[in-house]
Amino acid sequence: MNNSPSRTPGPTGPRRAPILAAHALSKSYGATEALRGASVELTAGEILALTGASGSGKSTLLHCMAGIVEPDAGAVTYEGRRLDGLPEHARTLLRRTDFGVVFQFGQLIPELTARDNVALPLLLAGVRRQAAEQRADACLERFGVRGQAASRPGELSGGQAQRVAMARALVTEPKVIFADEPTGALDSLASEQVLTALVHTAREAGTAVLVVTHDAQVAAYADREVQLRDGALVPEPAAATATARVAGDEH
Amino acid sequence: MSTRHVLLGLLAGGPSHGYDLKRRHDARFPGARPLAYAQVYTTLQRLVRDGLVEVDGTDADGGPERTRYRSTERGIRELTGWLGEITPPAPHVSNEIFAKVVVGILAAAAGEAADPAGHLLAQRAAHMARMRELTAVKTAADTDLATVLSADYALTHLDADLRWMTTTAARIAALTEEITTP
Repeated sequence: MNNSPSRTPGPTGPRRAPILAAHALSKSYGATEALRGASVELTAGEILALTGASGSGKSTLLHCMAGIVEPDAGAVTYEGRRLDGLPEHARTLLRRTDFGVVFQFGQLIPELTARDNVALPLLLAGVRRQAAEQRADACLERFGVRGQAASRPGELSGGQAQRVAMARALVTEPKVIFADEPTGALDSLASEQVLTALVHTAREAGTAVLVVTHDAQVAAYADREVQLRDGALVPEPAAATATARVAGDEH
Repeated sequence: MSTRHVLLGLLAGGPSHGYDLKRRHDARFPGARPLAYAQVYTTLQRLVRDGLVEVDGTDADGGPERTRYRSTERGIRELTGWLGEITPPAPHVSNEIFAKVVVGILAAAAGEAADPAGHLLAQRAAHMARMRELTAVKTAADTDLATVLSADYALTHLDADLRWMTTTAARIAALTEEITTP
């Protein structure tokens, strides 16, 4: 099998400095401990899947790493800077310039056309309307929904709406995309189209992607998988053991 | 899979040589093990013996002589009968992973070096690695649809294994108690 050359090295290969790192994060909601000392690193251009059962803390970890939620303890570092503890307006600005976010239900603005939904982050960043619309159309084209540019979200299928949401997340050319169950509401064919478009676009632009999913077929689009259980990472099985057993060696 | 019926299907479009049948089989079923020429040849011999296929003629065109085969009326009936048969939904699923978990629990209870929970994690990593390979193949820009569908078939089966391993890993303590309690 030929892996694409942009794939990051496996756990045994040399690792570059992370663009985004969570260190020993803890977070509770009332009496519920969502995270208990979770640490994970994302390198530039890497596509990483966070997997685990419902309630394992994977969405909370994504929210903390995206600066949406403040952890109770631990550190989130983005390009060497502490993200936690930044004032809310600074985090909002960073999310607007450097991050793109996609949720299970695209959360498009229903009153706006697909084009205007995608152009919105550019307009907020001060791009002039005509240029913003051109870039929005180009991004819709990449996700195969250019023909739906004038439609409102209510007129789109689930798969189309999610591709518009992806286009909106990527139109600002962010360095990191956060995707929380991005295909959770889609059938498998629509899911495949959305993920293929996301992976191709991210690879071409060198965008890092953190995707939260409970679905192994979604996780298989990533370069690497990190599993969560009860708010902490499941330790990786010793690579040597796995290889030896796959190879059918005797003990 | 029934090589006999696949060859009958390939012959339904018209007479063909053994080598062409092999080539067309391998192109149509990219995820399957390629047919060995010897297997094509022996299968054709048996189909001829059973009156389902007959020799259409021979071609030489400069190279070695090659036999051309064609389907008979009986061959066509056999093919359409097979196409209508329902495939049994796996009456006896052999599950080596489950066997290793159960035997691993027994061995660990007897004091041997066995770690069924760790084994499931390592097996998951191996499954995920294979699923990433298949996903890379199917999302490559120039992949044909037959290859995509063949990769999808493998992916959904590996995914079924993984789901089973996930629930089993979550219930391994209860399984251990059930197995080791006399």
